[in-house]
This record gives sequence, structure tokens and C-alpha cells, in this order.
Amino acid sequence: MALVVNGQAIETDEEGYLANRSDWTEQVATEMAKIDNASLEPNHWEVINFLREYYEEYQIAPAVRVLTKAIGKKLGPDKGNSKYLYELFPYGPAKQACKYAGLPKPTGCV
Amino acid sequence: MSEAINDVGESVETGESAAGKVKKFMFINRKSPYGTIYALESLEVVLISAAFDQDVSLAFFDDGVYQLVKGQKTQGIGIKNHSPTYRALDGYDIEKLYVEKESMELRGLTTEDLLVPVQQLSRGELSKLIDTQDVVLSF
Repeated sequence: MALVVNGQAIETDEEGYLANRSDWTEQVATEMAKIDNASLEPNHWEVINFLREYYEEYQIAPAVRVLTKAIGKKLGPDKGNSKYLYELFPYGPAKQACKYAGLPKPTGCV
Repeated sequence: MSEAINDVGESVETGESAAGKVKKFMFINRKSPYGTIYALESLEVVLISAAFDQDVSLAFFDDGVYQLVKGQKTQGIGIKNHSPTYRALDGYDIEKLYVEKESMELRGLTTEDLLVPVQQLSRGELSKLIDTQDVVLSF
């Protein structure tokens, strides 16, 4: 799966996760979403940015249960539930949102 | 002491009859954080086990106590500093962290030097605690 942003090829693994986290830009996320036929709205960005901050602080991508709880704490219970997060990221909030955020696949995600 | 730790005979896989039963898992960490892959591997297994809602605790002995020391800087050795991840354990509901008092004292460390809140127990107290576990994994 070739990811091309501004005419430049970006290296990913076979599942589409970035090979180098430093390649990430908002445009990279937008292009990744296009491959999945998705467009990123402010609600998506809220989760993506949250994940990037989480990774910066803890150096891991959180498991989905942990993500859900942490989102609830930060953005309120109407967003900290799996229904909301699965609606935003139907391929799985941790997996898909982590991919768009340029993070590795969450530990414990099989 | 070493006998209790080597007694790891039980498989991590739960038998059919035990399916769904929460087991007490203790992860024992004895090695310094870098130089070998043990510390990082242990941490990853700990995170995975938490996803299965098990009763997880971590114990740090010998140079393993260095895994929790604040202010780790790994740029010079070209390895990712994974120590911030210990602070994420709380969010995974892993709150039982123990350090061995003797190991701490030998290295001139106090719990103030560590990244996360821990309970400091003597060798004897930890030995008893290990006896109460269903599964003990040593790294």
C-alpha cells in the first residue's frame, strides 16, 4: 500500500502504519484516511491529537480500553465510550486512530 | 528465595475448566533496563496481560530496580527510553508494584528516586507474596 503525500512516497509497514514516526504530518493522516475512504473531521482530530499526546508522554500507543477511559476523562463521558469511538473509527479506535496518528500498532492488539 | 522464583511450572495458558477465571500474575524483574531485552519484553507482556483483565503485580529485584529510576537518558546508547511507560501502568489498572528493600539499599536508592509509586518490601515479605501467586514469570 503506497502512501504518497505531496508527490513524496512515505514508508509504511504492510498494515499501513508509518515506518518512521517523524514522517507524520496532518496531511499524512488525511492521505491515510483517504486510502480507507474516510475523511477526517474535528472529532477525529480530537482523538488523533489525544493519541499523539499520550504517546509523547508514555511512549506507547494505549490499548483500546485504556484509550476509552482516558478519552472519557479528558473529553467527557459522551466521548469516552466505545460506541462513539467505533463510529469515528470503524476499523477499531485504537488500531485505526493510532495509524492516522502515526503511532505504532498498540501493544496487546492482536 | 530463588526456589520460589524458579517455580514457574504453571503454563500461562488457562485450561478449559479455568477459562474466565482471574489469575494472580506476578512479573519478576531482575535485570537492568538496557543491555538486554528482558525489561522491555516484560513490560510488553505486562501490558498485554492487563488486556485480559488478570490480577497483575510487578516485583523488582537486584538490578531490576534500576528499571524504575527517574531521569533515564538513552540517547547515547541509541535505544528508546521505555521508562515513561511505567507511568502508564496506572491507566491499565496495574497498581501493585513492589521493590525489594535489600536491592534498593544496596544500590543507594529510595522510593523517591523512582518514577512511580511503589511498595517497598523486604526479601522475606516478597517471598511470601510470591507464594500467593497463581503464575510467576521471571525476567
